[in-house]
Formats: sequence, C-alpha cells, structure tokens
Amino acid sequence: MGKRTRPPQSLILDTCLGAVFHTVLVFSLFLLFAGHNAPGGGFIGGLVAGAAFVLHYVAGGTGQLTRVAPVAPFVLMGTGLTLAVLVGMGALVAGGQLLESGVLSLDVPVLGKVKTTSALPFDIGVYLIVVGLVLALLGSLGGEADRPAGEPDDAGAGEGGSE
Amino acid sequence: MRALIALPVVLPLLAAGVSLALHRRPAVQRALSVVVLGATLVASVALLVTVERSGVAAVQVGGWPAPIGITLVADLFAAIMLVISTVMVLAVLVYAIGHPRTRDHGLFFHPLYLILATGVAASFLTGDLFNLFVAFEVTLGASYVLITLGGSRDQVRSGMTYVVINLLASTLFVTAVGLVYAATGTVNMADLAGRVAELPAGVRQALGLLLLVVFGVKAAIFPLFFWLPDSYPTAPAPVTAIFAGLLTKVGVYAIIRTQTLLFPTDGSPSTLLLAIAGGTMVVGVLGAIAQNDVKRILSFHIISQIGYMVLGLGLFTVAGVAGAIFYIVHHIVVKTTLFLVGGLVEQSTGTGALSRLGGLLHRAPVVAGLFLLPALSLAGLPPFSGFVAKLALVQAGLAVEAHTIVAISLLVSLLTLFSMTKIWAGVFWGAPEEVPPLEAAAGDGRLSSPALMVAPTAALVVLSLVIAVAAAPLWDLSERAAATLVDPAPYVEAVLP
Repeated sequence: MGKRTRPPQSLILDTCLGAVFHTVLVFSLFLLFAGHNAPGGGFIGGLVAGAAFVLHYVAGGTGQLTRVAPVAPFVLMGTGLTLAVLVGMGALVAGGQLLESGVLSLDVPVLGKVKTTSALPFDIGVYLIVVGLVLALLGSLGGEADRPAGEPDDAGAGEGGSE
Repeated sequence: MRALIALPVVLPLLAAGVSLALHRRPAVQRALSVVVLGATLVASVALLVTVERSGVAAVQVGGWPAPIGITLVADLFAAIMLVISTVMVLAVLVYAIGHPRTRDHGLFFHPLYLILATGVAASFLTGDLFNLFVAFEVTLGASYVLITLGGSRDQVRSGMTYVVINLLASTLFVTAVGLVYAATGTVNMADLAGRVAELPAGVRQALGLLLLVVFGVKAAIFPLFFWLPDSYPTAPAPVTAIFAGLLTKVGVYAIIRTQTLLFPTDGSPSTLLLAIAGGTMVVGVLGAIAQNDVKRILSFHIISQIGYMVLGLGLFTVAGVAGAIFYIVHHIVVKTTLFLVGGLVEQSTGTGALSRLGGLLHRAPVVAGLFLLPALSLAGLPPFSGFVAKLALVQAGLAVEAHTIVAISLLVSLLTLFSMTKIWAGVFWGAPEEVPPLEAAAGDGRLSSPALMVAPTAALVVLSLVIAVAAAPLWDLSERAAATLVDPAPYVEAVLP
C-alpha cells in the first residue's frame, strides 16, 4: 500500500509540516486537559489532533500517514471506548452512580497543587476514539482517492473480469 | 440496584470497545460476545425479578437528580422487553457464529452487534426523551453498517432506502424533542407526564402526532411501512432476524411508552390508533400474500403483526395494553425464529424464491419442523403462543365493544394462515424430484445445516412453546406491567420522589 508511486511532494508543505505537526499535537493535548472547566475537551482535542494527521495525508498520502501513525485506527477506537466505559463503570464500583465524577487533589513537586477529576480519563477515551475515527476515515476513504489517475481503471478492469 | 439497571447498557458497550481493539482475533471476539451477552442476560433477568418484587426502579446517571440529569428507569414493561430482547440477541449471536456468510465479516460484525445490543437496551431503560433519541441513534448507527454487511449491489441499494428514511425520521425526532422542550421546559419523561397535561389541547395533539409519526416510521405502521419489506430481506440472515425481531419493536415500545405516559386518553379507545392498527394489519398481510420469496413474505408479516400491538394499545384498557405486551413478547420470539428458519433454508439451498424450492420436507425434515411450529403460532392457531396472544386482544376488544377492529383482526389471522401455507406448500411440500437438483445436497438428497445454526433456532422454538405453556403467569405479569402503563403514578414517583 505504502509503496505506491506518487507525484513529487511540495517542498513548502513538507517544511511547514515539520514545524506545525508537533505544535498542533501539543495544542490538542492542551485542549484535552483544559476541557474540564474551559473550552476544549476530548472531542475537540481529538479533532485538532486529527487535523494534524490530515495534514500528513495531504502532504504524502496514506503511505506517509501509516508511517506517522503506525497504530491501527480500530485498535485506537476500541481502546478509547473501553477506557471511557471503564471510567464510567468505575464510579459504580466506588459506590457512586454510573458516570459520576470523582475529584482528586494531588501535591505534585514541581507543579504545586493539581486538581483532577475522573472525567479526565473519560475524555482521554473520547480523544482516542475521535483520533482513531479520523485515521480510519483517511485510510478507508482517502486510500481510494489516493490512487494516481489512470491506474485504477486498468487494474479495476483486470480484477473485475474474474467475477 | 444502581448497578443492575446500568449493566444491560454498559456491559455490551464495554465489550464492543474490547472487541474492536481485538479485531484481529476472531476467536476471542466470538467468545467475548457470547460471555458478555450471557452476563447481560443474567443482569436483565435479575432486574426483572427485582422490579417484579419491589416495583419501578430508577437511577440518576452521574448523580444529577431528575429532571436535570439523565434517568434510567426500569418498570415491568421495560424489564420484560429487556429480558426477551437479550434472549434474542444471544440466540441470534450463536446462529451468526455458525453462519458462514456472517463469519467472513466477523471483524466488524461483533463490535457492531454489541453496540446494537447497547442501543436496544438503552431505548428500553431510558427515562428521558432526548436520551431515547440518542439510544435510537446508537442502534441505527450500528444497523446502517450491519444491513449492508458484505456490500453486495442489492444490499447497498436497499440499504440506502433504509438509511435515508431513518435519517429523515431522526431529524423529525430531534425536531419533536426540541418542540417538546420549548413547550414544557423539560425532556424527562416522568416530568413531562405532568407538564404535557397542562398544555393547550392543540399543542398537545400536535406533539403527540409528531412523536407518533416519528416512532411510526421506526415501527413500520401504516402508512409509514414502505421501507421495511424492501430493506430487510437483503441483509445476511442473522442480521435480518435480529432486525425483524427487535428493531420495529423498539419503535412500538416507544409508541406505547409515549402514548400512555405523555398523551393518555381519558380511558376511551383512541380511534386514530385503532384505524392505524386496522390499516397496518390489512396492508401488511395483503402485501405478504402477493410475495414469492420466503424473507419478503415474512417481512410483510412483520408489518401486519405490528397492527395487533397497536390495536392493544389503541384500546387503552389494562386488558388491551396487557394483550399488546403479551403479543410483543410472543411476536419477538416467533418472528425471529421464522427468519432464522428462512436463513437455514437459504443457507442450505442457496435461494429463498418459492418457485425454485420444494420438497424440503423430505430433504431437510428438521428445518421443516422448525418452520411449522412458529408458522402456526404466528397465524394464531391453538395451542401455540400466538393463539393466547390473539385471544387476549380479541377479548380486550370485545370488552370495549370495538367490534369492527376485532373482526378485521380475525380476518387478517386467516389471511396470515393462508400465506404461511403458501410458504409451506412452496418450500417444504412436493416431491424432491420435481424441482431442479441442488448442488449443496448430499448423495442421498438430504440437506444439512451447521449445528450452531440449528441449535439456537430450535431453542427459540422451544421458548415459544414455553410461552404458550406458561401463559397464565406471563399474562399475570403483562397485566401488572400494563397497569403501571395505564396509571403511571408509580413510574413518576420512582423518578421524581
């Protein structure tokens, strides 16, 4: 899949991507953690991270995408869903209602007093689902669009004949 | 209690996540689905027992009190539906594991199937109109993919009808929820029960009709049924069976829930609902008579049978609603079984067209037996469960002197029997020599089916016989469930103490 020949890549896009990609990912994490009391959250963070991967897809197609994100999208989605549901059920085990949020305050040496809630791992689950979804979409829809013009028709006709 | 109500929703969802993450290990996926749905069944039965003993139970998800938070409520009706649907989900799962065509798509089948189970359970348990919408969407999202599993040209074509009509209904649904919220300021159903009653009659009727149309599309009532016979038959057999058994009944459940809780009549039968019931019964059965394919005949019968359930509701008496509940339970079991048998026929012969089948009585006697019992039950012949269910509805109808609709329902029963005979004569009767030989047949002409497909079908046939035998306690249970529906005070009290 990844060895498909592609037209030469844009130098400007590639250079910018090197600078932008990690910045966008870090920003998506910021949104994820800020989400509890400020704009952001797992869904929006996931979408922003997804946008970073879309940039890689635009620059180098699905081949480059699988090099950058070598994890299978469905594993990502499955893990995210499992994590989110487990956190929701955790409240039941702890004696609360389903999905009830717990608060945890910690004294971390460098950061000082840090307050976090059980909604955070839930949000991380959502984040993983959204990133996985974007990757799955790029893989399944983008994989087809990715084919150089002219090639698919010949290959398609050859394969179709045997049916 | 807190956990018991949540488990039927949460367990399959958790398993769906794990199943998706382990999509490269089909054996683990299969074992996981069976174990988790088995556990869900245990939880559902425990919930039914609890509700039966100590009345309506409610939990507030996230600890936010009703009517602000999300409420899960289990009354007897919801618990009964939950148990019977979980039994179906589990039986069809085993069937699907033995079904070669579904096994090839196992990778996505198992996670989606579990999500479907989550959505169905959530629809039964939710006590909130907006969350009912969410539960519907969860169910539908999974069903869009399941109905086109395999992606043949026919499936994609009829799948499009299914997707478009359901998207349209969902849009109407969310609009209706918005209007309900605008008119009353709440979407919690127990809270709505009081507030809707205070609305001007015109607004009330408009909201009631809008919700009836929305759920009517899902339940395939007359005149909103046209999408069903076109889209169901093309899916793989286990998928058709679970859709036929459960999805339209989720729509019927929503109709019964909203019409009794939010828009009750003052004890008199609803002419509109009875007219819809009559139309649904007649059009469905006439459509079935005109068909020449096993799955298509059965699909039209779903519609016809929905009419009986609406009939019970339309009477608005305890006996009528109890009849509807009993009918739903009987119908879910029998209908799922018939579609599973249809799948067995297709799987062993390669076709479902009546003209190309015949003589299966000799070549596959077990399948013939498995078809005959539920088919007679569907037509309402004694001593099967269908007879008990129809008798209950007829008696309830006569009690309020709704003679016309009772006469129609009896006539439709007769036509049902006629179209079942048509399948019987086309598929099972006849000498095997008269029909073209089938490649799948063994040397002696006998056809075989995988044991994993036959066993769950047989189990469901036995279950439908058990329903007939245990009709008295089941009827008692249905009556108590109906009493809570007709007079929802305990329901409201459990949610808003």
